[in-house]
Amino acid sequence: MSILCAEGVTAGYTEVDILNEVHLRVEPEEIVSIIGPNGAGKSTLLKAIFGLLKPRKGRILLEEEEITGLSPDRIVRKGLSYVPQVHNVFPSLTVQENLEMGAFIRTDDYSSRMEEIFQLFPLLKERRKQKVGQLSGGQRQMVAMGRALMLDPRVLLLDEPSAGLAPLLVSLIFEKIQEINATGVAVVIVEQNAREALKLSHRGYILAMGRNVMDDEAQALLDNEEIGRLFLGG
Amino acid sequence: MVELFIYGIVLGGIIALGAVGLTLVYGILRFANFAHGDLMSAGAYISLFLMSVLFSGMGIPDSNFAPLSIGWRMVLAFPLSMLAVGGVAIAMDRILYRKLRHKNSPAVMLAMSALGASFIIRMIILILWGADYRFYRPGVLRPALSLPLGVKIRPDQLLILSVVTVLVILLHLFLQKTKMGKAMRATADNMELARVSGIDTERIILWTWGIGGALAAAGGILYGIDVQVHPGMGWNFLLPLFAAAILGTIGNVYGALVGGFVIGVAQQVSTAFLMPTYKPAVAFLIMIGILLIRPQGIFGGK
Amino acid sequence: MDLGGISAYLVSFAIMAGIFAVFCLGLNIQWGYTGLFNIGIAGFFCVGAYVSALITTPKPTGPYAHYVQQAFGLNLPFLFGLLGAALVCGLVAFFIGIPTLRLKEDYLAIATIGIAETFRLVFNNEHWLANGPRGLMGLPQPLQGLVDPRHYNYIYLLVVLAVVLGIYLLIERAIRSPWGRVLRAIREDEISASMCGKNVSHFKMQSLVFGSMVIGMGGALYAHYTKAISPDVFSPLYGTFLIWVMLMAGGSGNNRGAVVGAYLVWGIWIGTKFLTDFLLPYTLKARAPYIRFLLIGILLEIILIYRPQGLVGEEKRVSRWID
Repeated sequence: MSILCAEGVTAGYTEVDILNEVHLRVEPEEIVSIIGPNGAGKSTLLKAIFGLLKPRKGRILLEEEEITGLSPDRIVRKGLSYVPQVHNVFPSLTVQENLEMGAFIRTDDYSSRMEEIFQLFPLLKERRKQKVGQLSGGQRQMVAMGRALMLDPRVLLLDEPSAGLAPLLVSLIFEKIQEINATGVAVVIVEQNAREALKLSHRGYILAMGRNVMDDEAQALLDNEEIGRLFLGG
Repeated sequence: MVELFIYGIVLGGIIALGAVGLTLVYGILRFANFAHGDLMSAGAYISLFLMSVLFSGMGIPDSNFAPLSIGWRMVLAFPLSMLAVGGVAIAMDRILYRKLRHKNSPAVMLAMSALGASFIIRMIILILWGADYRFYRPGVLRPALSLPLGVKIRPDQLLILSVVTVLVILLHLFLQKTKMGKAMRATADNMELARVSGIDTERIILWTWGIGGALAAAGGILYGIDVQVHPGMGWNFLLPLFAAAILGTIGNVYGALVGGFVIGVAQQVSTAFLMPTYKPAVAFLIMIGILLIRPQGIFGGK
Repeated sequence: MDLGGISAYLVSFAIMAGIFAVFCLGLNIQWGYTGLFNIGIAGFFCVGAYVSALITTPKPTGPYAHYVQQAFGLNLPFLFGLLGAALVCGLVAFFIGIPTLRLKEDYLAIATIGIAETFRLVFNNEHWLANGPRGLMGLPQPLQGLVDPRHYNYIYLLVVLAVVLGIYLLIERAIRSPWGRVLRAIREDEISASMCGKNVSHFKMQSLVFGSMVIGMGGALYAHYTKAISPDVFSPLYGTFLIWVMLMAGGSGNNRGAVVGAYLVWGIWIGTKFLTDFLLPYTLKARAPYIRFLLIGILLEIILIYRPQGLVGEEKRVSRWID
């Protein structure tokens, strides 16, 4: 039973459809990358899954439970977390407060969870009292992911986690994604950095012009010469 | 001149209370609440009602704690009015602004609705109390204390400063230490991310109105204690409130506090060479100055 | 009630509503066509009325000067007052516009409140300017000697209607021109309009100036109808809020809406007078104006929530070559 499933999703922000009958399947504890050219609808797919956009057609299932069209605050309670590409932190709040906001709906004591997050991102631990607005891009991305992880999600949606980061930080972020996955969280990554993303994924989906082009084992996609030429930057 | 400065601080504290509520609302809802001044009036008049009608009916003594001009009635009326106006502000949101929000109306429509609401509040006050000036304690001698530098200050004014300080400290603790306060700051930073994190932003909005309204009421009542209560007082505060909020960077609570004091002092000091009725114009000129020279306010980036 | 009485009443009604129609037309240029949220109408209403008054009355001399102070008095005919009001308001709008037009909409709105309040304060406090709070009286009326004073209002009605019609036709002409279409584009989407290479701030300034000139003319018409003005007439309620309700009720973005709204809401306003006269017990009579304004306020909120486009709705097409 797949943990997350999108079937025949058609959606758009206005009358124009950005996504056309798109499908996606994620198995438990998998890392799945969604790659493709600009404007392919990759980010839109994440937003449709997370309820920021209501699909016109199709369904979205979280562990066989239909979540199509639910609002984000309902979906996040079911174990699905989302990190937007931009504006993904609360800049005037401290690192610790950002994490606290991530845990807002928790009614239990989450201090152990917070410690786990700090162990995952030791750089953040020393800066826990600093305002996030003063942190660097890479550190902010870590705060953004940490915030999303506070609710122990089963699936994490990441929209271009490496965007705007220096190559060294990109590797660091991808390392962290692997560590997160190792704790049992399935991760869906939308990425421009296609090769790097596929290298750490189990499977990959290629989207272009709002439609599925192909999906396969990540290694198969990487080995495929034509795919490499067309979508992975030669 | 020193005396004017001190009076300016007192007035500034009152303006600050109103400006904080205004800036809180703007930070989260992104529209200029033109009804905020009249929320101050509402607070002042609800207190008047409680003190002169309800409490006298209940037999609460009318005596004052000399040398202050207030007594038990005010001690009870103050928090009750704050609560009531918090409720009025929440009601305003539910009846008017929320409907427009859900229709995705542009900010100008909300501002226009707020303008209408401000007139409605003022008309209700005028209908119930008429246009006369009122006092919480008519005829009480207000002895002035003498401070160094030959400054005279009334005990009431010291009380006002104390109340403002207490309220500001409470607000600070609320925003920094409580879960709801942090959620309010988060929502002001990024409402969509707050929603994505599961925060119920509609509840945050209600809390914002409640607190903004309560602080406005406090400001109005304190002004009533210091000077007088009259139906146009809220409208007269509108320009100073906006000037203070803009000066302190709109959306920034601590900026609004600073802005309030600056505007208060500026207004009082201006009476040394301008007619007192020009005070709103002074606030206005400062506001225009800020918008031209440094529109992002003292604490704004860029 | 005799026919003459009813007829005279209707004429008064039509004159006042017509004056407010002029205000609405002016506001519509600013709001309906360029989206400028002007809450300071009362300011230009005030300036227009006072300028016209000062132009058309003589400067007080001799014993009279003890009672009335005026900065100047040109004693010119009504037409000069009317045009003078328009000109001065246009100039004032121009100078105000330079610093304020670049502000965001809600900031501009606050600025306009401040401007109106400042004007009112100046006219109220500076006695040497126009007699301070006592105001000016005995303002002349055009074509005064032509008929019996009892029937004079018919003449004034014709004057007002002529002005309304003239302004209406002028605006309609201008709106359908290429200039007018740019104005409309700015209201819909300022960024796109500026990307088309149009200098948005120029157009906003023109709209501000022309709208203010029209409002100023309305002020002049008001002054010469009531023959006496003082600063408390130009309150935010009467001089700004009522006009906004009229425009929103009639249909903003729409000249017909402006005129229809003025007559409609003036009718409602007068209607509330009958209502309160009839229904209120004696003890509450003094509060009648507040109750009336309360009803108007509630009316505005209802319009904003349930029919923001007003009665006549928005004009969809603006070019005379379409349809």
